[in-house]
Amino acid sequence: MDFGSTFFYKYRRFIKTLKIYLLLAGPGIIVMLADNDAGGITTYAVTGSKYGYGLIWFLLLLLPVAYVVQEMTVRLGAVTKRGHAEAIFDAFGSFWGWFSFIDLALVNWLTLVTEFIGMTAALAIFHVPPVVTVVIVAIVMMLMVLQGKYWTWEKIAILFAALNIIYIPAAFMVHPSVGEVLSVGLVPHFPGGFNGTLFFFLMANIGTTIAPWMIFFQQSAVVDKGMKEKDIPWGQMDTLIGSAFTVLVAIFIVVVTGTVLYGVEVESAAQAASMMMTTSPWLGTCVAIGLFNAGFLGAICISLASSWAFGEVFGWAHSLNLKVREAPWFYVCYLLALITAGGVVLIPNAPLVLITLFVQVIAVTLLPAALVFLILLLNNEEIMGKYRNTTLQNFAGIIIVVAIIVLSTAYALTTLFPEWLG
Amino acid sequence: MLTLETVFGQRIGGVFRGWTDKIHEINKKYEKPRITMSSGVKIALMFLRIYLILLVVLLGYKFWTMMK
Repeated sequence: MDFGSTFFYKYRRFIKTLKIYLLLAGPGIIVMLADNDAGGITTYAVTGSKYGYGLIWFLLLLLPVAYVVQEMTVRLGAVTKRGHAEAIFDAFGSFWGWFSFIDLALVNWLTLVTEFIGMTAALAIFHVPPVVTVVIVAIVMMLMVLQGKYWTWEKIAILFAALNIIYIPAAFMVHPSVGEVLSVGLVPHFPGGFNGTLFFFLMANIGTTIAPWMIFFQQSAVVDKGMKEKDIPWGQMDTLIGSAFTVLVAIFIVVVTGTVLYGVEVESAAQAASMMMTTSPWLGTCVAIGLFNAGFLGAICISLASSWAFGEVFGWAHSLNLKVREAPWFYVCYLLALITAGGVVLIPNAPLVLITLFVQVIAVTLLPAALVFLILLLNNEEIMGKYRNTTLQNFAGIIIVVAIIVLSTAYALTTLFPEWLG
Repeated sequence: MLTLETVFGQRIGGVFRGWTDKIHEINKKYEKPRITMSSGVKIALMFLRIYLILLVVLLGYKFWTMMK
């Protein structure tokens, strides 16, 4: 074959592969970009303002961690055709099933409240009243699921997920020193030495990268999408691309605040956006839009993760491919979660800081349990057959799970008893 | 005899009855774990129980110290 024919053949093959990928892509990218939710954006923004580029290397380390954990949900969903909640009930019995389910429902609802906090704070920068934000968000989110097709919902969600990369142009707008970003950011070190505050920040970054709802969401999404065993490699690629994007976005947020607000005391992403508004309205607008979008993306995924779990456990019809009359309880759960979580944000003097603290602590109780169940399920030959974990996957999985359990427990303790670390 | 219907009234009691029946049904359906309880699984689940009890105790302690 001459050069032209070889090139054309490779081009056709690439286009065909891309088309298949675009058909099967979705759960991995959505869950990973939704992982950079309102809480996540705040964590990265505050990390950048506190430590500059100093912890970028740590964010890079979280890429394989996120991939290893979420990849297991792809295989589990594709092989069992069951969501995570149902899989735990079936494999471990009702005690562990109820524990996981109630914990998930509680932590998801509380996290949903924090997403609404982020969205209302972001739009408040543009003088939009919280009540208007909550009502419009609830209406848009209901319209997204009521159209009756998983595929359509997924593509709309991917569009919102794509908006997450607004932080990449934002980082270029602040003209960071690339040499400094690389020399400071890529060399593993603990800026200012290892102490209680730094540990808290490291844990917060891990906590925003691996969250219990992500495991439940991606497995249910894989099932609802109808992925089969033969689609697993595509699901894995989807998850890998999503993991790379989530870390990339996190790094660019750190670059933005590390350049503009380094050394400034920042408590939230909304506050960072307000500060930037005064010096660079475009930059502030980008950060505020990014925060709203992050909260919105997180909210659509978290409320769906809960509705899927309710449907799986109670045996109700639970699919975005079903109309309201075919799966009424699925949509009622979704709507109730939205209304109640949005309503909390509108209560005057609601204990929003306490809620955020609670989310961190309760999420920690579910995370080790969810990870242990995941490893046990993926090692069961009866359930997984030839798709069970290999020795290498187990080695990586167990190291990550043990490290996360130890670190997240320490995080819960430092959140509950900050005086212990001084 | 004290029933949900006599305590909450016919309508609300009926709703509660429906829910409790459903929960009983789920408990029955998943009464026996499907996974083989090998020693590895038993150790993992035992560790999880201890971990969760410890965390609940710590949460209780935190709540108690906050209330004091």
